[in-house]
Amino acid sequence: MPDVKTRDFSTASAVSILDPQMRMALQRAGSGFDGARRECIDEVTPQVWEEWREQARQVKLHTLDHLDYYLDLLDQRVSANGGQVHFAADAAEANAIVAELVRTHGVKVATKSKSMVSEELNLNHMLESIGVDVYETDLGEYIIQLAGETPFHLVAPALHKSKEEVARLFTEKLGVPPMEDIDELAAAARVALRERFLQADLGISGANFLIAETGTLVIITNEGNGRLCTSAPRIHIGITGMEKVIPSVQDLAVFLRLLPRSATGQRITSYVSMVSGPRKQDDEDGPEEFHLIVVDNGRSRMLADPHLREALLCIRCGACLNICPVYQKVGGHAYGWVYPGPIGSIVSPMLVGLDQAPDLPQASSLCGACREACPVRIDIPRMLLHLRHKLAEDPVSEGAADRPMPKAFTSAFTLVMSRPGLLSVASKLGRAVQGPLSSVPFSLLARGGRGIRKASLPLLSKWTRSRDLPELPPRTFREIWRNELSDASEGE
Amino acid sequence: MTSVTRTQADLFVTCIIDQLYPQVGVSVVRVLRKIGVDVGFPPGQTCCGQPLYNSGYTSQARQLARRVLEEFSGSAYVVVPSGSCAAMMSKFYLDLFQDEPESLRRAQELSSKVYEFSQFLTDVMGVEDVGARYEGAVTYHPSCHLLREMEVRTSPTRLLNNVSGLRLEELPQAEVCCGFGGTFSVKYPHISEGMVADKTASVLSTGADTLVSCDMSCLMNIEGALSRQGSSVQVRHLAQVLDGISG
Repeated sequence: MPDVKTRDFSTASAVSILDPQMRMALQRAGSGFDGARRECIDEVTPQVWEEWREQARQVKLHTLDHLDYYLDLLDQRVSANGGQVHFAADAAEANAIVAELVRTHGVKVATKSKSMVSEELNLNHMLESIGVDVYETDLGEYIIQLAGETPFHLVAPALHKSKEEVARLFTEKLGVPPMEDIDELAAAARVALRERFLQADLGISGANFLIAETGTLVIITNEGNGRLCTSAPRIHIGITGMEKVIPSVQDLAVFLRLLPRSATGQRITSYVSMVSGPRKQDDEDGPEEFHLIVVDNGRSRMLADPHLREALLCIRCGACLNICPVYQKVGGHAYGWVYPGPIGSIVSPMLVGLDQAPDLPQASSLCGACREACPVRIDIPRMLLHLRHKLAEDPVSEGAADRPMPKAFTSAFTLVMSRPGLLSVASKLGRAVQGPLSSVPFSLLARGGRGIRKASLPLLSKWTRSRDLPELPPRTFREIWRNELSDASEGE
Repeated sequence: MTSVTRTQADLFVTCIIDQLYPQVGVSVVRVLRKIGVDVGFPPGQTCCGQPLYNSGYTSQARQLARRVLEEFSGSAYVVVPSGSCAAMMSKFYLDLFQDEPESLRRAQELSSKVYEFSQFLTDVMGVEDVGARYEGAVTYHPSCHLLREMEVRTSPTRLLNNVSGLRLEELPQAEVCCGFGGTFSVKYPHISEGMVADKTASVLSTGADTLVSCDMSCLMNIEGALSRQGSSVQVRHLAQVLDGISG
């Protein structure tokens, strides 16, 4: 697996949030994608959109409920088409399968179309370590491969890079003259990659969907690179997660409507490629061998957890990233692993271990915008709550520091809030001390603005570093009620 | 003075209004009484438990939730001047007690009686004009839980549009979270600050002199940032505007 940096979320996000160029890129892309998505919904009407969402959700739920059956069917149909399915329990097994195929076929050069699962496996690193030259061919992926980075976004991996940065990178890595125009840059990448497509012995792709009944791998792209990767080289290896299977071609239709609209606001992508096995006798092109690696890598764990299994409905459209106010502030790299944003805050802790990613479920205001945007209605906020529950009450969680709130604080809060008499005493005490606290030298509270400007107390200091805090009023509501508002107070 | 036709409703005032913004509670009571509601205030109420629930401390949250179920078991309606606390009581309690049949039954009963303040006015009382007056330009921030859990989308603005003297300015990016999120705001202050900075910029861009919402927690967050920026924009709970208090 690639380096897991999910524990660094707090520090990484504190740095990334200050990056003005990233902020601009996020604003432009986030509002661009999301605006286009909304226009699509208006175009088909919200009512139809809701029907599609429900239909897609039901297809996915049904498949998850019978996952063993559909994976078995997929295996049979791929075999009948002349391909071979490999099931990999984890990243190491998946990499070992690829390595073995590389060795037996003497692969020297591989081209790759976009695959998030291959990022989980750190597949490029493994291939390089056994002497294979591997080239990403999705333009965004190609850029970040040249830059030695990881994807920033599920569908737009190089979203954070300005065209000037890309131009400098191309000049440095490809030896092309400096360019300013985006079309020119794309053309330069095309020239460089064309060579690789022709050299490659092996093409590696991900899959957006696997169709069980026909044994078909479906890839949705805008650049056509997926089709070249899966048809030009001698061997094609498809690598994807086991949750990508759907029953039939009919079921695919609704996803072809939902995915591009949710991802980039397109009615359909430029290419929808469907691969059903290797080249047949009369085919003019296509690979001699087709291998499909279906990866578990922690997904069975998610499937077994009734509170989290719906995260496996995800079709990786990225709509939740584009609308998430946290992702839009901190960007994709702060999340520290393959999957960023709201859905990543569930998937990453489940795949790398919650003890390695305690911040991710907590770094959310639970605003629910992600659930509203999700084309399969994944209830992300409730899953985040469930993960917080595990962090708070699970005795195996790594330590007190990972808990959402100090246990002593929650116990005191629960105690006070369980006894109205105690609450009254506490608020009187608070009112009694807030004056003196703010008027003595070296005071813990400093007044200012519309309340307290600076509180040198735990938690409150985090609030007052940028926001004023209201002072406790002279009377609580319950006191006012008792004296002035209740029937008993009438006439007093 | 009570007549048989008056609607009976109990107020769950919320701990933040009780402890920090009691005048909001007073306005809620005054508006409800004005439109003919007999308002009760069960004295044993404290907190709905959401701060604990949102932090994952579900057993402690259940402890507080059971108190709420008990205190409001005899209520005909429960009016909550917060979309967030209303969502806790009418939606999240159902999750909280899913493995306790008896409490779940009581939570379901409570859920059917809980209304957020503006929702109660428009949907139960059928009132969109409370006869209030408020001089000024107002913009409205729809809080996330009110919008996405309670699905209350138009009640507050329908009520505001009927306040005489009030000019309602549309808030850009209105449905984006203000960045409060309870403990989120102090655990990840740098992110929360960035979010509230966007919100105050949107508020200022409207030129409104008052920001209205139905959740004091969001307003505490936005006001704290406005105050720090030296802005003169005031924040008001919807009930205060409907109570005709203009400064």
